[in-house]
Amino acid sequence: MQLEELTLISKEGNLETTEYFINMGPQHPSTHGVLRLVLTLDGEIIRKVEPHLGYIHRGIEKMSEADSYRQIIHLTDRMDYLSCHINNEAVCLCIEKGLQLEVSDRVKYIRTIIDELNRISSHQLWWGVMGMDLGAITTFLYGFRDRELITDIFELTCGARLTMNYNVPGGLMWDIPNGFQQKVKDFVAYFKLKLPEYDQLLSENIIFTERTKGIGVLSREDAISYGATGPTGRASGFSCDVRKTTPYMAYPFVNFKEITADEGDSLARYKVRILEMWESLSIIEQLIDNIPEGEHLATTKNVIKLPFGEFYQKVETARGEFGVYIVSEGKNIAYRVKYRSPGFSNLSALDHIARGCKIADLIAIMSTLDFVIPDIDR
Amino acid sequence: MNPEQLQSIITRIAPEAEFATEGKQFPTVVVAAPFISKLSETLRNEAGFDFLFCQSGLDYPDHMMVVYHLRQTSTGFEFVLKAKISDRQNPEVATVSHIWRTAEFHEREIYDLFGIVFTGHPDLRRIFLTDDWKGYPLRKDYSDPINLIER
Amino acid sequence: MEKQQGSPENFPGKVISSPNGGNILISTIDQVINWSRANSLWPLVFGTSCCAIEMMATGASRHDWARFGTEVARATPRQADLIIIAGTIVNKMAPVLKRLYDQMADPKYVIAMGACSISGGPFYFNTYSVVRGADHVIPVDVYVPGCPPRPEALLYGIMQLQEKIKKESLSNPRNPMTNFQ
Repeated sequence: MQLEELTLISKEGNLETTEYFINMGPQHPSTHGVLRLVLTLDGEIIRKVEPHLGYIHRGIEKMSEADSYRQIIHLTDRMDYLSCHINNEAVCLCIEKGLQLEVSDRVKYIRTIIDELNRISSHQLWWGVMGMDLGAITTFLYGFRDRELITDIFELTCGARLTMNYNVPGGLMWDIPNGFQQKVKDFVAYFKLKLPEYDQLLSENIIFTERTKGIGVLSREDAISYGATGPTGRASGFSCDVRKTTPYMAYPFVNFKEITADEGDSLARYKVRILEMWESLSIIEQLIDNIPEGEHLATTKNVIKLPFGEFYQKVETARGEFGVYIVSEGKNIAYRVKYRSPGFSNLSALDHIARGCKIADLIAIMSTLDFVIPDIDR
Repeated sequence: MNPEQLQSIITRIAPEAEFATEGKQFPTVVVAAPFISKLSETLRNEAGFDFLFCQSGLDYPDHMMVVYHLRQTSTGFEFVLKAKISDRQNPEVATVSHIWRTAEFHEREIYDLFGIVFTGHPDLRRIFLTDDWKGYPLRKDYSDPINLIER
Repeated sequence: MEKQQGSPENFPGKVISSPNGGNILISTIDQVINWSRANSLWPLVFGTSCCAIEMMATGASRHDWARFGTEVARATPRQADLIIIAGTIVNKMAPVLKRLYDQMADPKYVIAMGACSISGGPFYFNTYSVVRGADHVIPVDVYVPGCPPRPEALLYGIMQLQEKIKKESLSNPRNPMTNFQ
């Protein structure tokens, strides 16, 4: 590219500046996966952000057209791997909706408890990585230390730490073990003492607040138009919590608040997630002692065939609204499965809110938007 | 907003829309592709459907569809709008990215995987696959003898 | 071999105490070089998908890989000598991986972590864009199976790599690109 072809931006005094492109490549410590951003910069101010996706596009939707209904559940684990139980639950609920199958109350309670544990563990990792992105490496160790307790509980229940695959259409793969309730109660008691530490480390830290206050403001109309859901949308005042608008599983039986904020900047998104962790702890406390007796798996046929038609199920993952859209022609494999991933819509707002910021602010914005790139790329 | 009001708004613009409610999760409307631009503006500005929460493509043997899931945030009413594209060789439909900004990325994805061209889109190029990829993978007649097993 | 103050514990070779109070360390050059290379492997930050979380957990507080010598994870391939491929490799990512590998300086080692980088993993069938195994792109030294492998499994993989390094020799220099198509 010749120098004359680059646009001349400003002439301050005798200084002419030009725009230039920088590639924040797919391999970068703070892109949370493989996301390539092409930044158009003027000095250090960002003029345009262009995400290039596809570096982890595995063709999950095409694979779902060739596998049976029970086989596609494990693929959703690998999409947004930090809320894998909630993703599995979305597919199972969609299939149960198609089969018009009612699950027992016991299944609802257990699914909700593990959902909320999953949400807390995802937010713990987000908090740890957010501090690390901004330079505070201690938070990484603290976040993972507390997250290991939750992965211990998951390992006790279903054998895997990260990709759990515990939901099956009709219920759960097997019942909870004996020490489950005690371990969860111990964890809740422990974590209630640790969350104020998180506040002391980051939220009340003046460097952190200076780096995130007023940065990356997303207004409410823009949040709705861009489809930004989850904590990103709620921090802009868009009340979009699927657990409140269309409650599923045991959420109708619990009292919890939907956390929203009005400012829409990075600090608001941060605070919404911290408060969501408190709400999740309170939901778990309300449910853990009252798990009703019942069966853990409803009987289904070995080969699941959904009737002809379309089914859509939405759930609230730690990142936003995850939707599963199944179009079925009455066979034992789906005709088309579309996953509405929350990160895809949140990412489309990045260009809009990052203009005019500096590169370091871009890192802070991306951390608060909380992407998981395999979720975007499917 | 209830299905009858919705039906009156839609038939004012697209008289031959097919409307179905029974047996379906959401009220479903099927319109022909040329009506989409006027219809989506009306739905957004007059009827207040401001949240497009899912946009996907469907491939059938003789036609293609673009499916829009819309929600009214003030009341929570949701419905499904389907645009039927009869020409499978050169599928085209108007873009809605100036109405619901989330459609910018969704339409790029549908173009990438199905080949449906969205006229008026500011920046229509492939988003997931490399720029020199031949073919549109999510179509039913996409064949890749090395990687995909024919059924 | 007497252990004197100031000499490392598992140093391969002999330690002779000299009359002045210091130590003379005798060993072969091979053993010293291999020992130092094996115990200070610095990996490159390269995680594409879910295995990256287990890799981060291996580096975090409970299973700490710093006690094995991987003190920091470098962000740039020019300063790293180990690349842990954690996650699926896709057609679009493969040239990037090759370029990162070429940018690393010798001696460089590769661990393929997780089922996706060994053979395509759960994405083996019916997908149009996954490279079935990272060893189609770069030569791999150690394979760690699992989906995702536990942090202890990754630590065992690192220990196996350390054993492999200790068997190398200067007289027979290692070229990872032989026998690689």
